[in-house]
Amino acid sequence: METAKALSVPEVKQTNKTVGEEWTEVIEPKTNLLDLGLREVWRYRDLVMLFVRRDFVSTYKQTILGPIWFFIQPLLTTLTFIVIFGNVAQLSTDGLPMLAFYLAGVTVWNYFATTLTATSTVFTTNAQIFGKVYFPRLTMPLSIVISNLIRFGIQMALFLVVWLYYLLTDDAIQPNGYVLLTPVLVISMGLLSLGLGMIFSALTTKYRDLAMLLTFGIQLLMYATPVIYPISSIPEKYKWLVLANPMSSIVETFRFGFLGSGTFSWGYLGYSFVVTLVILLIGVITFNKVQKSFTDTV
Amino acid sequence: MSNIAIKVENLGKLYRLGEVGTGTLSHDLNRWWARMRGKEDPFAKIGETNDRTAKGKSDYVWSLKDINFEVKQGEVLGIIGRNGAGKSTLLKLLSKVTTPTTGRIKVKGRIASLLEVGTGFHPELTGRENIFLNGAILGMTKAEISSKFDEIVDFAGVERYIDTPVKRYSSGMYVRLAFAVAAFLEPEILIVDEVLAVGDAEFQKKCLGRMKDVSVNDGRTVLFVSHNMAAVKQLCSQGIVLRQGGLVFEGNQLEAVSYYQNSGETISNFKHTGPLDYAPGNNHIRILNFEVTPLQGNVLSISSGLEFQLQFLNNRENINLDVTFELRNLDEIPVFHNGTFISNNEDAKKGIYTIKGKLPPYLLNAGFYQFKIIFGQNQRYALFIADDLIQFEVLNEAVGSNSNILPGVIRLNIPYETSFRTIANEPAGC
Repeated sequence: METAKALSVPEVKQTNKTVGEEWTEVIEPKTNLLDLGLREVWRYRDLVMLFVRRDFVSTYKQTILGPIWFFIQPLLTTLTFIVIFGNVAQLSTDGLPMLAFYLAGVTVWNYFATTLTATSTVFTTNAQIFGKVYFPRLTMPLSIVISNLIRFGIQMALFLVVWLYYLLTDDAIQPNGYVLLTPVLVISMGLLSLGLGMIFSALTTKYRDLAMLLTFGIQLLMYATPVIYPISSIPEKYKWLVLANPMSSIVETFRFGFLGSGTFSWGYLGYSFVVTLVILLIGVITFNKVQKSFTDTV
Repeated sequence: MSNIAIKVENLGKLYRLGEVGTGTLSHDLNRWWARMRGKEDPFAKIGETNDRTAKGKSDYVWSLKDINFEVKQGEVLGIIGRNGAGKSTLLKLLSKVTTPTTGRIKVKGRIASLLEVGTGFHPELTGRENIFLNGAILGMTKAEISSKFDEIVDFAGVERYIDTPVKRYSSGMYVRLAFAVAAFLEPEILIVDEVLAVGDAEFQKKCLGRMKDVSVNDGRTVLFVSHNMAAVKQLCSQGIVLRQGGLVFEGNQLEAVSYYQNSGETISNFKHTGPLDYAPGNNHIRILNFEVTPLQGNVLSISSGLEFQLQFLNNRENINLDVTFELRNLDEIPVFHNGTFISNNEDAKKGIYTIKGKLPPYLLNAGFYQFKIIFGQNQRYALFIADDLIQFEVLNEAVGSNSNILPGVIRLNIPYETSFRTIANEPAGC
């Protein structure tokens, strides 16, 4: 019998000790809010990667330029910033070449902004699928974080090309050891956007207003992040406002490591990490709470 | 307990009706406040049983309440009940799409539910990519899908198009591919909604055949929700009947089907009680009674035929009065639109009229139907229109070993005549 060999389905062992019987699973109204079911997510890891693949393939199918759009986006944004903020408004770039300065900010910021925007609508855009079949809901935001990470990697390559060019031609650029913090920065950013995204996605299932708030909120937040200006150019009395934003020290540290000018402080960065963890925790709890029954309210 | 696959205990689900939006924040705060003080959910108390026809006082309704049952390993359980009895809610809870409000479900083994085929299909992706994506959504690993890939493609018969985006597929190909993925899913417990079997008869047969395969040959547990009593009788070994969110019968599938058929569940007749002025209608017309009964036996089925009887109060004297009946099936397709004169010499009288009509056996196909009644004057003005006054279900009957509901709006018993002759007697070259 052909079908018999398929019995080798990997057995799930989630036996709940309090039940005391050999049930594979118990579906109950209340579950532990901190239990993310990571084991289950791991079992569905293929699905996560398939979602990532789907994101890529579907975005660039039937476009002429295809993946080249990955480069066009940050380049055009950077050029706009150079014209408007660099030349018209003449904002400081800490003495750095404008292209390198803005591209560094845009590359980092883009990762955060696109991940957050995409994760924040996970429940509403996938209501159709979620309402018909169960799989760990966390796979969806995770796949978004990963697919944006790949996109970030490609854009990072673009930045590195520009960076190398200036490194060889311009003395203003003095990279230092803090470059090694980059992976930590990227992970922290990913977790921050995941955490925030989960909070928003959970709340928008009931209160759609938040979706509106978020779209322009992200735009506004960019101005409270040192993307188009260095922290050093902010008047002392507004500095706390910018530094309260956990993204600020991440962008600033990234630029400091690669370009060698700007502000760096373990204190600010540490604050950033702590805020990220707190937000991630809140995100996990709200997401967990909502995922069980959001199909009733969405 | 060793051979029990699913155990459902005190299961209940409370739903909020109406629009979720304004006012929910205050409800949420109320609930939260009650919970903080360790009190009961203030809105759960006012929840009512799930009866669509009665207008409820509260916004909260128990879609399922106090459900208890067990399913043994290898059993095929049929879940039957009228529309709105809570079948879909039960399926949703079992497949973890939503969580129960009370009670618990204990499960042994991996569950896969098919409430829909092709969930997560992305139009831009090719057939191949969609097989993997859909399979993974349904809980298979990449390796499992790879090992069955050829069988899936073969079953769906889309080999030539496997690297074409599915948006270019014909709808038939699309459904076949989607079903093929589901058909090769091999969990310990399979939950199937009948809507799955929508499609051509061939497809239904494949689907039901595959289900039988899964339970008989592989000893898997199957939960099957259906309106097709003939299929339930044939496929299932046990049955439960739901009514208004409660479990009203549990037993073997034959008993369950006959309980359902004889409980009057399949027909919702209308009978007005109380003062005449409160009957549905207006100043011209009041509907007092409308019922559908089988011509033969006590179950409405394909072979029973049916009689419908309308009783109404007419308040308009000396007009040309006519009544038109329109029968629609669940897809909103009119089966007929047919009227009669009550009076055509401008001599309608004040009082109560009764009209009877009959539909012969072997006319309506199995399924749900609704009557619409139009009261007219001079065949031009509508005095009153009654929508959805009653709903009834015509039950299917198996033809030989085929228990599928056949496609088509009507179900005829055509007296065919076949003749035969051999070609040996024909002149050559003809």
